[in-house]
Amino acid sequence: MSLLDGRLSEDQRAFQDSARGFSQEQMAPFAAEWDADRIFPEEALRAGAALGFAGVYVREKHGGSNLSRADAAVIFEELAAGCVSTAAYISIHNMASWMIDSFGTEIQRARWLPKLMTMEHFASYCLTEPGSGSDAAALATKARRDGDDYVLNGSKAFISGGSRSDIYVCMVRTGDDSPGGITCVVVEKDAPGLSFGKQERKLGWNSQPTAAVIFENCRVPVANRIGAEGDGFKIAMKGLDGGRVNISACSIGGARACLDAAKAYMLERKQFGKRLADFQALQFKLADMATELEAARLMTHHAARAIDDGDVDATMYCAMAKRFATDTGFTVCNDALQLHGGYGYLRDYPIERYLRDVRVHQILEGTNEIMRVIVSRKLLDQ
Amino acid sequence: MKVLVPVKRVIDYNVKVRVKSDGTGVETANVKMSMNPFDEIGIEAALRLKEAGSAEEVIAVSIGVAQCQETIRTALAMGADRGVLVETEEGAEPLAVAKILKAIIEKEGPEIVILGKQAIDDDSNQTGQMLSALLGWSQATFASNIELGDGTADITREVDGGLETIKVKLPVVVTTDLRLNEPRYASLPNIMKAKKKPIDKMSPADLGVDMTPRLKTLSVVEPSKREGGVKVESVEELVEKLRNEAKVI
Ligand SMILES: Cc1cc2nc3c(=O)[nH]c(=O)nc-3n(C[C@H](O)[C@H](O)[C@H](O)COP(=O)(O)OP(=O)(O)OC[C@H]3O[C@@H](n4cnc5c(N)ncnc54)[C@H](O)[C@@H]3O)c2cc1C
Ligand SMILES: Cc1cc2nc3c(=O)[nH]c(=O)nc-3n(C[C@H](O)[C@H](O)[C@H](O)COP(=O)(O)OP(=O)(O)OC[C@H]3O[C@@H](n4cnc5c(N)ncnc54)[C@H](O)[C@@H]3O)c2cc1C
Repeated sequence: MSLLDGRLSEDQRAFQDSARGFSQEQMAPFAAEWDADRIFPEEALRAGAALGFAGVYVREKHGGSNLSRADAAVIFEELAAGCVSTAAYISIHNMASWMIDSFGTEIQRARWLPKLMTMEHFASYCLTEPGSGSDAAALATKARRDGDDYVLNGSKAFISGGSRSDIYVCMVRTGDDSPGGITCVVVEKDAPGLSFGKQERKLGWNSQPTAAVIFENCRVPVANRIGAEGDGFKIAMKGLDGGRVNISACSIGGARACLDAAKAYMLERKQFGKRLADFQALQFKLADMATELEAARLMTHHAARAIDDGDVDATMYCAMAKRFATDTGFTVCNDALQLHGGYGYLRDYPIERYLRDVRVHQILEGTNEIMRVIVSRKLLDQ
Repeated sequence: MKVLVPVKRVIDYNVKVRVKSDGTGVETANVKMSMNPFDEIGIEAALRLKEAGSAEEVIAVSIGVAQCQETIRTALAMGADRGVLVETEEGAEPLAVAKILKAIIEKEGPEIVILGKQAIDDDSNQTGQMLSALLGWSQATFASNIELGDGTADITREVDGGLETIKVKLPVVVTTDLRLNEPRYASLPNIMKAKKKPIDKMSPADLGVDMTPRLKTLSVVEPSKREGGVKVESVEELVEKLRNEAKVI
């Protein structure tokens, strides 16, 4: 249980109850199997969508839940406490859906959102390329205008949901080499010239596929463009602000599950004739874990509110929270593993899975080094 | 047909309950509170009757402090149509609750009232039975299945020897057992919509019910701590201990 529980609004407690109940009953018991057998749990995802998790901050008209980013942070923490990897996929699906809702036309929203909100269709966010990761604005996938179509050539790397998703929200180059030359287009699964790389084999995030998305003279109607030509990079970065809050919340949720497990284990396990909970060194370790986690949670909620309030520094707060919460989340999982001794290293206990799953949060949606680039650029900007 | 479901605000089942240091009760300050799980089953049963077209309206009633409104909102978010809050600071005993419910039922005219078989705080298992007696209605306690007929209901009850199915005339007071159903979670949009559903507020005095306690709590103590077990060497020793120490055979 989080210390913040008592400070949530009545509504947030209700969202939390719903997300916690779902996560503990329909995700947590199966998470080990999804991880071991690399199962993308479509049925569970759709059951979650029926409760409103597919479009937490998508507007109501086409089936979204229309909640705030602060509410989303509460919800994603709960989902991740059950299964980090699955919660993180839901977060990406939310991000892509929100981009369509916020920057698409009414015709585009009506066309894509209803099925995304029920998760009859799954969505992916496609920015990274083999040659451009941290330097995302250097992306090289070309989109050439040909009548009413764009013709895409290039490839995207590491795409979550890649090959399984129905809707790919892609950043491609329509203009010059600057960020202003980038445009956002929706590519549907059956577009001619679209193919996928092999399934990547990963340390964690095994309940969702990751694959390269390849465009070979791939035809996409101009009607699929989200926003104006040249707006793509801005749209992609706006999506990431919220994505970073969600991914922070996912680290916090995973770490909280590990903290709870470690606490229970310390009360049970005896060495040297005493419970682990009776060693002060370990008591202090536990206290530090809980304290750091609470700090991470507060920063994440603060960043979420900065987006909700349209704060001009929202991007910086999101970067600060993402850096701190994902580093803390990993450290807390690692400390919990240490407190479990050799048992923490075994798959019979869930700790090592949480550790493997939260590790990538320090890398994706902008590495934690890039978060420092964003924060320092803002600080030194005169 | 209307269905009325009383919902009680209790300490969440996940919370480790602590006895107050003065032994007058248990700590409720800063403790997570939720709807009594048996009442969630009651709401779910009522919603299924509505979804099957057998009921038109589901009314959730809670009796207690102002925060019971949150418990009613949970019921509304699950799908109940409206709420009634009877606000009182005093701890309501089963008989007083049954009297309040009777007064509301006489105003609202439901044909089915679904209560939990017990609340997980006091474990009284009395309110439904008392209510049925006060109203002079049929009662079907510990229900694990409800089939509506024409002016009747076939209700399967969980009894010591197994399952018993009885036919009762409507109106009826039903109390739920765990296996009746698995309650749904409220969806995020429904949680928001619930805020617009009406909740009537009243006091026990408005309903003419005297809340004066009839029970006196002498003391509240923690259950005795679990003690470590002992290993026995043989079956003979086990039987001997069961007979002479534990005195169970
Ligand atoms: C499991 C998984 C799922 C993913 N899902 C998606 C997805 O759905 N969509 C998507 O678009 N992308 C996705 N990604 C890609 C992810 O966003 C990138 O891996 C990430 O942005 C880093 O890019 P890179 O891997 O090319 O590393 P690089 O950019 O090559 O970085 C290598 C190292 O150099 C550091 N570095 C780079 N530049 C600087 C600098 N200027 N200053 C200091 N340090 C620097 C980095 O921090 C890092 O430590 C996913 C990745 C993984 C592993
Ligand atoms: C993959 C693997 C291979 C292994 N191979 C072998 C092998 O070949 N042979 C073999 O004999 N063993 C082996 N081990 C066992 C390993 O040595 C033990 O796991 C290790 O000694 C820790 O013991 P434990 O797991 O019982 O943890 P515990 O002793 O229960 O420790 C749990 C936590 O409490 C801490 N702790 C315990 N006591 C104190 C204290 N007094 N003060 C402060 N902190 C304390 C520990 O540091 C740890 O963080 C292996 C373990 C693994 C995971």
